Amino acid sequence: MDLLDKFDATTALRDSLPFTKADPFTVVMDEIISETEAMIGGRHTILAGTNNYMGMTFNQEAIKAAKDALDKFGTGTTGSRVLNGTYGGHKALEATIADFYGMDHCMVFSTGYQANLGLISALGGKDDYIIIDADSHASIYDGCTMSNATIVRFKHNDVAHMEKRLKRIPEGANKLLVVEGMYSMLGDAAPLKELLEVGKKYGCMTLVDEAHSMGFCGEKGRGIAEELDVEHLVDFFVGTFSKSVGTVGGFAVSNHPKFDVLRYVSRPYIFTASLPPSVVASATAAIKAISRSGNRRAHLWENARSLHAGLKKAGFNLCTETAESPIIAVHLPDPMMGTKFWEQLLMEGVYVNMAAPPATPAGMFLMRVSVCAQHTSDQINEIIKRFITTAEKVGLTLNP
Amino acid sequence: MANAQTFETICALITPLNKKNIALGPETTFAVDLELDSLTVMDLVADIEDEFDILLPLNLLPDMETIQQVVDAVEKILASE
Ligand SMILES: Cc1ncc(COP(=O)(O)O)c(C=O)c1O
Repeated sequence: MDLLDKFDATTALRDSLPFTKADPFTVVMDEIISETEAMIGGRHTILAGTNNYMGMTFNQEAIKAAKDALDKFGTGTTGSRVLNGTYGGHKALEATIADFYGMDHCMVFSTGYQANLGLISALGGKDDYIIIDADSHASIYDGCTMSNATIVRFKHNDVAHMEKRLKRIPEGANKLLVVEGMYSMLGDAAPLKELLEVGKKYGCMTLVDEAHSMGFCGEKGRGIAEELDVEHLVDFFVGTFSKSVGTVGGFAVSNHPKFDVLRYVSRPYIFTASLPPSVVASATAAIKAISRSGNRRAHLWENARSLHAGLKKAGFNLCTETAESPIIAVHLPDPMMGTKFWEQLLMEGVYVNMAAPPATPAGMFLMRVSVCAQHTSDQINEIIKRFITTAEKVGLTLNP
Repeated sequence: MANAQTFETICALITPLNKKNIALGPETTFAVDLELDSLTVMDLVADIEDEFDILLPLNLLPDMETIQQVVDAVEKILASE
């Protein structure tokens, strides 16, 4: 008997995958050449599997702000936001985000994971109901587990299925509807307008996680709710700095007059150290840059559309009909083919994410490709070309 | 609703998923006996919810390993309405 025995099936599954030259779970980026290139195992590699959608990781203003903050405020705060861990920079960042969203309040968390955990666990009390999409990110599920609420789940992006369940919740109960703007594995957008309108019809408060839509959806880059003009139906937005913003951290914004009380009751906000000043400074600079990056957004969408069109034309099985996001997911028939494909593609000099259950819905095996605003058209064409070469080498049948 | 009838109704929903055609009894388990993966279980839960017009909250799932446990949970929810 051993506490780790219960994971033997996981170990067996992992060991059954036929990696020989590289392993997606232990890949090391030896050198980052730019937003879109790295050295991996001595090979010059195009990065097409990051969440660096807006290419902010090397934004000059963000780098300078971080260096200045490092010199002035040191490497870290060594404390919680509610003790010694709130510096002027944290307040300035919260003001920047509140302003960006045009909302009254903002709380900055140490990660996006904790922002979801912190909001959902605090909002969902014993007699309350939380309604979530079945394909929700782990941070939403974990926030639910940590709450004391009753959790109701509906089929992914299925408005009618959700409504049926909302009808069954006892009248008068407090309800929180939690959805994402964009789902990160398949890159499919939520029918946010319909979901939110139905949610509101049944008296839900609403939380939208824009982790994979902030930066490039909407005129200012606030996310899908901005793009669909439904921000007035959202009570809480959650977001992250680890994707378009190019660093690490998370946030929540709201117009709710009582929002700030969450600073005293949200455990994932309180019982962890605050972000280091340099991270805070680069996030502030990057968000300001994002709000005026209309051209970058346009180029990112061009990249997404040409990658989608190129792979589709070549006959790959794509998870969405059109490019709904900078995430283009390619369906592979089984783990063996997925493993061989991922490995060969890396040998060809393209890094993508290999996504497998439980991170993927419906047991799917995916090559998750994500593009960056800084990818050139040449790089996009290279990615498509190397996908085709890889398919030939590993014997994946294409259906053009 | 009588226990036996609830049991029958739930078994009828399980039957299409019972690929190995094993005999369904109160102690039949979803994960081990029926070898249902978590996605199939999710769909089954949704079907049961719609059949009885109830909610089977996610919180209850860890305690529903056998058919009898689901029958009991459904009846408890129906009785409390
Ligand atoms: C939808 C969603 N929410 C939250 C997170 C967590 O973000 P972070 O990396 O900041 O913890 C992620 C990213 O993994 C995500 O995809």
